[in-house]
Amino acid sequence: MTVDYDPPVHTVIKPKRGLAQLELGEVWDYRELLGYFAWRDIVVRYKQTSIGVLWAFIRPFLTMVIFTVVFGRIAKLPSDGVPYAVFTFTALLPWQFFATAFAETAGSVVGNAYMISKIYFPRLILPLASIAVGIVDFLVSFVILLFIMIGYRTPVSIHAWALPLFLLLCVIFTIGLGLFTAALYVRYRDMRHLIPFVTQFGLYVSPVAYSTSSVAPRWRFLYSLNPMTAVIDGFRWSLLGTTPLYVPGIIAGTATSIVLLVVGLYYFKVTERIFADVM
Amino acid sequence: MNDAVIGQGIGKTYRLGEQGTAYTLLRERLVETIKAPFRKREAAPREPFWALKDVSFTIGQAEVVGLIGKNGAGKSTLLKILSRITEPTEGRIDLFGRVSSLLEVGIGFHPELSGRDNVFLNGAILGMSRNEIRRKFDEIVEFAEISKFLDTPVKRYSSGMYVRLAFAVAAHLEPDILIVDEVLAVGDSAFQQKCLGKMRDIRSEGRTVIVVSHNMGTVSSLCQKVIWLADGHVKAAGDAQDIIRKYLSEGVENDFVWTPRHGILSAFEYRSVSVASADPASSEGFPASAPIDVFFDITIHDKFPAGRIEMRLLNDGGEVLLTSTSADPSGKLNHDWERGPQRFRCRIPADFLMPGRYFITITEPYGPYDMLRENVLSFMVTEEGSIAAQDQRQGKIAPILEWSRSDT
Repeated sequence: MTVDYDPPVHTVIKPKRGLAQLELGEVWDYRELLGYFAWRDIVVRYKQTSIGVLWAFIRPFLTMVIFTVVFGRIAKLPSDGVPYAVFTFTALLPWQFFATAFAETAGSVVGNAYMISKIYFPRLILPLASIAVGIVDFLVSFVILLFIMIGYRTPVSIHAWALPLFLLLCVIFTIGLGLFTAALYVRYRDMRHLIPFVTQFGLYVSPVAYSTSSVAPRWRFLYSLNPMTAVIDGFRWSLLGTTPLYVPGIIAGTATSIVLLVVGLYYFKVTERIFADVM
Repeated sequence: MNDAVIGQGIGKTYRLGEQGTAYTLLRERLVETIKAPFRKREAAPREPFWALKDVSFTIGQAEVVGLIGKNGAGKSTLLKILSRITEPTEGRIDLFGRVSSLLEVGIGFHPELSGRDNVFLNGAILGMSRNEIRRKFDEIVEFAEISKFLDTPVKRYSSGMYVRLAFAVAAHLEPDILIVDEVLAVGDSAFQQKCLGKMRDIRSEGRTVIVVSHNMGTVSSLCQKVIWLADGHVKAAGDAQDIIRKYLSEGVENDFVWTPRHGILSAFEYRSVSVASADPASSEGFPASAPIDVFFDITIHDKFPAGRIEMRLLNDGGEVLLTSTSADPSGKLNHDWERGPQRFRCRIPADFLMPGRYFITITEPYGPYDMLRENVLSFMVTEEGSIAAQDQRQGKIAPILEWSRSDT
């Protein structure tokens, strides 16, 4: 046994008052556990299925095929001059990230209620691990997009450098909304019905199947308050260079996301105190 | 001797509208807006209920201290506060040293993952670093005696192997202060001895241990010091043997009836919750062959939003065997309430449970959500009339299922 000469760790437990401390340093201390949670979710998801990790490729690909047939061929929605498959997949990429990561994040606290009532760790780790899982899925889909673009011989735009920024915006929005919903879900189990609704409804108010250019100009700003509009337009602009950037929309979407992140984070931290009491 | 844990004036209420200023405003505003469409809100009177009040104590380094008291005395709440799972409402605790708490072994074990993966996952949840787990990995596997099945998903493990592996990880924690729930001392008696032996080792290594137990035998063999909690207060603290003698002389614990000691929290009031065998001849234990009734005597004082009483049946190992709610018969999740005093009865059928000790956890509807009341009742099911006891069969429950035969 090693002898420890370090001064003993001193922990103080007392009620927190006023605005919650974010204690992000502690989340950093527990980053290994965050990694383990994310890794567990990824491994477990594919372990029970017979074709395993292939699902990660099949799911986004099939969605793209369906969208292309329904909206591109049957409904003949305009696609800003690029092949519809490429047009919609560029949007599906961030959209699928949002939809799955949001649902996972929102359910992450309630889904791990058992652990929360039995041991301490920074609760923020649970939703953040769900986001990490979403990012892994995103990277897989991104590879598919590259193949599709090569298949259709679509050139990558020179704005590609901006892609990580729009991904970051998407992540910020997802975390903000996800944290807020996760905390609400602990108190109000009605959220269970609301979460799938958000992802279904959101698909229609985001330019996934259609182009932002089909939105009437007078609604444009209101429409841009949905951060996914900025994210998807940003993705199309960075990768395809077709959709011109609507700067007020980007600003509005970014502002909404940041406000949501702050509200979500604080709401999560103040509600966290009662997680173990009400579950 | 240095102090390892100092608790001063610890109190915990389950009232929710907290002192906060900006927090309350933000919370109220958001919650009210979002909640409004979903539920009719009844303003619940905000009388605080103190699960713990003015609890102070000092625990020296390398002391092994037992926390004893009846169900509902506040042991679990104190344990959860010490483990940082829940926050105290007032008071302060200073802990000097690295703390690990084990309210359960195998937290976070995932059935689909291999034994190896689960060791790392569980170790990380218990606060071990990856390097630390790697260093102790061989020792853990050896202790658990599962080396052949390291790469098998734990869902294929026997329950014995599962518990051994889970305990092995926990046993290799090296905290300065260990907080343990008695739930650890489950399993067959050989395994219990192994667990107790390990706890004694921990003591000889100079660690501080706080252990909650119902079993006075365990407490008196492990602990030098005991803190006796009653109704959320420290009733006595000091030399283990003295306190245990006093505690036992107060009469055997009877957890067949639970009466909340707080005043009315909301328009929903539990007057009492009790459990009884339908076979009135029995007193100490309930025969497996008779139904067991759980009675919920409640009063609805005012209009109260639709809800339900939820009951969870837990076994000795703290596993939830089943959850049943007063709304179940209606096929819905919630039901409306009638005003006035009334009684709900939930009947656990005859020939359903294995002989053994059981706990009942209930929820208390409280405004927009339910509050948990953990382990309010406990009872023994005896082997009397149990077919399962005759052949020592496996399983967590022992219902008599329908069998038929037909010529084909």
